Amino acid sequence: MKRTFLLALCALVICANNLGAMDRKTLTIASEGASPPWNAINAEGELAGFDIDVARDLCRRMNVECTFVPQDWDGIIPALTVGKFDAIISGMAITEKRKKSIAFSRPYAGGFNQLVIRKDVNLPPTDTAIKLNLTNIDTPKQAVIDQLRAALTGKNLGVLRSSNSEAVLNELFGKVATIRSYDSQDSMHLDLVAERIDGGLADYFTWKAFLDSKDGGIAMLYGPQLSGGLWGPGVGVGLRKDDRELLAAFDSAIDDATRDGTLKRLSEQWFQIDISPHASN
Amino acid sequence: MNTAIALEALLTLPRGLVLTLALTFAALAAGFVISIPLAFLRASSNPWASAPVLAYTYAFRGTPLLVQLFLIYYGIGQLPLVRQSFLWTVMREPFWCAFIAFTLNSTAHTTEVLRGGIQAVPRGQVEAAKALGLSGYHTARLIVFPLSIRIALPAYVNEVIGMLKASSLASTITLLEITGLARQLVSETFAPYEVFIVAGALYLLLTLLITQAFQILEMYWARPSKQPNANATGIKERMPKPAFAPTKLGAEPDLRNTTVKPNDERIIS
Repeated sequence: MKRTFLLALCALVICANNLGAMDRKTLTIASEGASPPWNAINAEGELAGFDIDVARDLCRRMNVECTFVPQDWDGIIPALTVGKFDAIISGMAITEKRKKSIAFSRPYAGGFNQLVIRKDVNLPPTDTAIKLNLTNIDTPKQAVIDQLRAALTGKNLGVLRSSNSEAVLNELFGKVATIRSYDSQDSMHLDLVAERIDGGLADYFTWKAFLDSKDGGIAMLYGPQLSGGLWGPGVGVGLRKDDRELLAAFDSAIDDATRDGTLKRLSEQWFQIDISPHASN
Repeated sequence: MNTAIALEALLTLPRGLVLTLALTFAALAAGFVISIPLAFLRASSNPWASAPVLAYTYAFRGTPLLVQLFLIYYGIGQLPLVRQSFLWTVMREPFWCAFIAFTLNSTAHTTEVLRGGIQAVPRGQVEAAKALGLSGYHTARLIVFPLSIRIALPAYVNEVIGMLKASSLASTITLLEITGLARQLVSETFAPYEVFIVAGALYLLLTLLITQAFQILEMYWARPSKQPNANATGIKERMPKPAFAPTKLGAEPDLRNTTVKPNDERIIS
């Protein structure tokens, strides 16, 4: 009796999973909830932020009901592949390495990373407004990197574990600086304030929220705005590779949202500047 | 199961062995030394001696080690008082924060394990020591402690294995021991199964070595305690050796006839 019931239950689960994306009425979407303004947990304990607003808009366009679950960054991709949820909308950059494990929609935003250093470390000043695309590193770009490398030699630098920033930081400065990987951006901020690390590398907007806070006054942006390279073409929705219909649905919804200016509006609302795909093209 | 990733894990993770073992055994050693006096205080009938120790062990056994670790690492780092003092040279290092948290936790557990051992020492042994005129300190050092450690050993092995596994929590404060390296590798490969299976196997291997080592110690300690017992229960009577058998009660066995002979000859010549 028990076995029959279990078999029936299994059959039900398998059927539910086999339903095509467009037949689907509900979607579960994961977000980290610890990288404001992309995504964060608000005072009510719910997920909120640019990612969440974008996701709500896309769900409305795809005509599905979405529920949101917070999921630690470390492990967010394996959790998607085993089916804990259906999509990752968490400021995740589209990279070649991640593409080996999961599929990505077209980008719904661009973004860039920047170094932050404690003010009392007293490094030589740099221009923080110039852009540095790491995709094709030529001689002038290499000169900027070498300058940064010299300044950061012997320093302790923090970074979010499992992030592209971690890979970039290790590649650019792993030989000259001590790299410490954190489970969340918040833990890294605590250690920066506690002076256990001299600085770190992360998404610019995540830094901005911290630098504008009460504790953030001790640190400042350092070096050029970094993008390209391991960070890829931008930020997209992460999906399982076999969810082709869902991918197509997300792609067309993002297209619509880019064209009618929704992404631009949400970007300006959360980041004060336009980082929608429209702007970066 | 991707064997290439498992193989990579097999080559990468042993680099964390040194840190895992250093953290585990440094904390255990410090915890053991501190817990000996604490266990005697805890076993004391004087409430002024036992109650503070009980409060300490209750607090540290009753809260999760992860919480203690975070309080010490992130909590203490927030206090400007600590940050400006000499303590900060130690506390700013994640290794020492982990060491302090693990030691405090291990001390609490070991104290209770040893306390159990002390209270299980037969009263007769303690009374016999007193009858021989041993002081309180000597009774504790020569009689109670050696006996209690033998009684407590099996329970203490649990603490050692527990500490080994708990050392994986150090990965949450940026230390790259076995688990830290495993998490780093997972973040590079997105393959949690292969990597964590290898990490688990490494811990299993260490646990095997630890249990084997303590089993040998247990057997070694069990041996000498049997011999005086055996004599006391009259084994002497069951295996009389005619050559050495005393002829009269209280008389020395006449050894000179047998073994000392060559010497006698030498003296003569």
